Amino acid sequence: MPVFNQSRSNIIRLIFGGMFLVIFAQLFNLQVFSDRYKKMAAENALFPKRVYPTRGIIYDHRQRAILNNTILYDLMVTPSQVKNMDTAYFCQLLEIDSAEFRSRILDAKIKNGTFRPSIFEDLLEPDLYAKLEENIWRFPGFNLQERPVRVYPYNAAAHIMGYVGEVDSNILRRSNFYYQLGDYVGRSGLEQFYEKQLMGQRGIEFWIKDNKNRLVGHYADRGLDTPAIAGRNLHTSLDIELQQLAEKLLSSKIGSVVAIEPKTGGILAMASSPDYDPNSLTGPDKQKNYGSLVLDVRSPLLNRAIKGLYPPGSTYKPLGALVGLDEGVITQASGYPCLGVYLACSHPVKCLENWPGHAANLRLAIAHSCNSFFCNTFRLTVDNRKIGDVREGLETWKNYMNKFGLGHRIGVDLPSEDGGNIPDTASYDKEYHGSWNSCTMTTLGIGQDKMLVTPLQMANAMCIVANKGYFYTPHFVQSVEGHAAEDSILDKYVVKHEVLTHISDGDYETVISGMQDVTEVGTARVARIDGINMCAKTGTAENYLNLEGKRTKLNNNSMFVCFAPRENPQIAVAVVIQNAGFGATWAGRIGSLVVEKYLRDTLTSERVKLATEIANTNLMPGYLVRLQFITDSARAALWAKQSGDSTRWKNFMDPSTRRQMLDTLHKTTTHVVIPFGSRPQAAVTPDSSRGRRTDSVAKKKTDTTGHPAKSFIKKASDSAALKPKEKPVLQKDSSTNQAP
Amino acid sequence: MNQRNSYLAKGADRSLIWLWFILSFIGVISIFSATYRDGDNILQGFLSLKTDYSRQSLFFVISGIAGIFILLTDSKFFTATANLWYAFGILLMLLVFPFHSNIKGTSSIIRLGSSVQIQPADICKIFVNLALAKYLSRVETDFAKPRSQLIAAVIALVPAGMSIMQKETGLALVYFSFFLVMFREGLPALVLIIGFSFAVLVVATLLMDPNILALILTGIAVGAIYILRRQIKRQRAVLFLIVSIWFVCVGVQRFVVPFVFDHVFQPYQVKRIYDAIGKDYVPKNAAAAKEIEEKSAGKKKDNGNYNVKQSKIAISNGGFIGRGLLKGTQTRYDFVPEQRTDFIFCTIGEGFGFLGSVIFLSIYVILLMRIVTLAERQRSVFSRAYAYGVASVFFFHISINVCMTIGLAPVIGIPLPFVSYGGTSLLTFSVMLFILARLDADRQMVLR
Repeated sequence: MPVFNQSRSNIIRLIFGGMFLVIFAQLFNLQVFSDRYKKMAAENALFPKRVYPTRGIIYDHRQRAILNNTILYDLMVTPSQVKNMDTAYFCQLLEIDSAEFRSRILDAKIKNGTFRPSIFEDLLEPDLYAKLEENIWRFPGFNLQERPVRVYPYNAAAHIMGYVGEVDSNILRRSNFYYQLGDYVGRSGLEQFYEKQLMGQRGIEFWIKDNKNRLVGHYADRGLDTPAIAGRNLHTSLDIELQQLAEKLLSSKIGSVVAIEPKTGGILAMASSPDYDPNSLTGPDKQKNYGSLVLDVRSPLLNRAIKGLYPPGSTYKPLGALVGLDEGVITQASGYPCLGVYLACSHPVKCLENWPGHAANLRLAIAHSCNSFFCNTFRLTVDNRKIGDVREGLETWKNYMNKFGLGHRIGVDLPSEDGGNIPDTASYDKEYHGSWNSCTMTTLGIGQDKMLVTPLQMANAMCIVANKGYFYTPHFVQSVEGHAAEDSILDKYVVKHEVLTHISDGDYETVISGMQDVTEVGTARVARIDGINMCAKTGTAENYLNLEGKRTKLNNNSMFVCFAPRENPQIAVAVVIQNAGFGATWAGRIGSLVVEKYLRDTLTSERVKLATEIANTNLMPGYLVRLQFITDSARAALWAKQSGDSTRWKNFMDPSTRRQMLDTLHKTTTHVVIPFGSRPQAAVTPDSSRGRRTDSVAKKKTDTTGHPAKSFIKKASDSAALKPKEKPVLQKDSSTNQAP
Repeated sequence: MNQRNSYLAKGADRSLIWLWFILSFIGVISIFSATYRDGDNILQGFLSLKTDYSRQSLFFVISGIAGIFILLTDSKFFTATANLWYAFGILLMLLVFPFHSNIKGTSSIIRLGSSVQIQPADICKIFVNLALAKYLSRVETDFAKPRSQLIAAVIALVPAGMSIMQKETGLALVYFSFFLVMFREGLPALVLIIGFSFAVLVVATLLMDPNILALILTGIAVGAIYILRRQIKRQRAVLFLIVSIWFVCVGVQRFVVPFVFDHVFQPYQVKRIYDAIGKDYVPKNAAAAKEIEEKSAGKKKDNGNYNVKQSKIAISNGGFIGRGLLKGTQTRYDFVPEQRTDFIFCTIGEGFGFLGSVIFLSIYVILLMRIVTLAERQRSVFSRAYAYGVASVFFFHISINVCMTIGLAPVIGIPLPFVSYGGTSLLTFSVMLFILARLDADRQMVLR
């Protein structure tokens, strides 16, 4: 028995021990030292699920919710669990065929795998939801998942509230990737401006998932979860009833109404027409609806109250008078011997009144809106010897205008506000190569020429007049529930801007008296409200549009500004109705209805009748029909070319319709109807998805013309972009059309 | 002896029994935590015999009963019948060839009825251990002679060969652990070293880029020459020896292994070897790929790489003190495949962390050291060789199993003694241990 081998037992122990030491070292490395596998473990088993808070509610000044949340349902499917179900009945409920059913299931599998739920159909209509809810037990693998959706209970204030939409790559980048794909974010209006306040704070729930990516439970007993914090509610100065009235009055018109409370700068109503149903951009058809809104040439998505640029016309005159008074070039006793035309400069400026003495003093001149008087006042202002030459005069005048809040953005709490235009010396230098004088720009004195303002700016200027020199920046939001650092953006709305308080109260009183006379004896007698001293000014502004290459004079814009009551101004209003004619007729009456509604809270039955009458009047300018026809037919032609389906295009080619549609330039039509009823939906979809691209595509492909149809596409698409030489081609085409 | 011991466990080493109990208990708990799902009724689960942990508990009890019977047996029984058992084992192994059923890509299992499965290659460990101990303890055996060493090697390796033929490479490798016994009984250390080096070389060839491996080998050779430069000056033969070893190594690595893999093995066999070491095998041509497809048709796809990665993730996730019982995110939700059986260590690694793992493995170290101590106090060669056999088999199982879960060894699918799920495995290891306890209890009765 070889005893000497006993020492080998120690070697064997050593081998055992050594092996375990190696194991311990590797365990130490894996479990204590390295992070790599721990990260992988988290990726493996943890699913950070974003929890979306409900967005904040927006209230009007009487605490009525005008933008609220509701719950809609998504139909979810987990493909692995779809077994033994009555597919036929299911398809019948959803109104799809079995091929569609299969393709959606396949989609879900590709997107999310078989074990995780994916959306089968989103945002179900309420009645479909009711049907599915009853029967969902029949369909294993399907379930309904709620999703909060925005709702506008009053169906009003679409432009102000804005809408939410999915983030795009720009927003992602700008937010430093705080947002993630699929997040919803305010895309316009207050929704966008107060995104930080409204969105609340996203929460994260850590879920444990298993090897098939199914969520199986909360991680660490929710210890690491951050709860979602609901968005904060906004309280606005808006009066939703006033807003609804304004929107109603503007129906079938193009224009805008802005009402501001002068003492606070709170906006009471801001309507822009044409508008859209805000609820149409939240439900299941939002993509389709958005597409058709974008394609509408009337631009219903445009908020004309802050983006529409109009020459103020006579509504500028009170401001001109104040500037003249302050500069000392006129006094309240100044007059002008106007007989219906201003002849001091080479080209005459007409005045609507021609009886002698209608501009015997300032008050009368305002009341009767004498063009000659204000042309003269303007020229006196800019040619003031005290100031220097006309350049300095214009700069001084521009300074006044800027102080009135014109020519630059006011800073309302809505995104993408426009600043308007107050011309400076540089712009005249450019146009007239440096040789110009006060006669060159006489019509600035009656709010024409290069002067452009937004309805909001007009209303704000009225606030300054009503307040005798100060204003608060117009805004909607008065307060945000709760407190946060980012609420400092509200601070600027409580700052009193005493821009023109150096103009004496006497001067203001004179102008204000003149403005009161406007409704008592002057141009806006139709706007008078019994028992309320309203100060107002009408405006009838000429305007031109570059239509198909020609500078076309359109019907005058009807404008109206006012504030009331005179003693203690509570509301200042600006109304613009595009191409509606005389100022008082439309804008004046609309303005007075808005003022009365706000001050008295109700309208008498007689006034309600008037309101209905105005609401039912169609003042849509006729050229829009023509524009819409041209864009639509160009798109139809392109669609015909690309798809070979020319049924829609043929509708547009009918000669009598073409004549009717293309001959509407100066008419006010009954209504802009997209011809031939609603467009077939199948045909709309590809168009709306391509949107603006269609034009460029058409242009690219039209070099090889030869067929008359092809040449039409070229010309029609050109015309859609408002290129010249439209009309003859169209006529030629309508004749050639009959040949084949 | 110790009179306080009850009649049953008279003279049996108590620590051994305790260690057996503790490890088996940990096994049941681990399987429970790997398969229990929230909301299951625990009591019902344990009583129903439908869950894995209840079945493991049953086998725990069965093993205990088997252990009692073994402790009641006379120790001479094992000495006397060792060769008979060996013959029985070989017979069983042979029976596998006609009667096996294909389960999970192995053909080493015989099914009796619907629920009982026997894997002779697994059970045979006991018999080989007994037979080897018997052979070594024979009076006429002089283990210094190469012939005896060869016979001993054949005893150990015949079941290994058959096991390979039954596509159960992992268990075949276990039989190589008996070389440790032979080493204790006098096998030259050189054999062990050369064998081990060769194995390392082959595995390294498969795992590493050939050029880098050649460079490493050359580096080792140059280092050896530098260290031994004095001796080389005196004896040129040393230089010659080193160079020839280097030459053989590079030859093996460069030509022999590729040649064997390309021309001797079938593509599917190569694939299996690659799978075993956790490496992707890219077939040379379409025909080879097709053959692999055919051979593995109907077989569960088994990706060694994936298993090891998930297992490492799970163990790493345990951290220093662990996630706690039933709290591990990886082991609780089926990320680690074969978690109840070969990868059971992940459950402990994730649940109890570095601390728990070290304590757990220390129990094994205590067991192994205890067995070696027991072995050294035996008077008979049979008992000692048997004890070393038990230690070697356990050691091989433990180290390879744990190493494969932490990425230090290829995935060859052998269970962790007493802990991995599997009735046969638990019973086999228990029987091995209880026989040792029985032999140890009677050590005084043996004269030589």
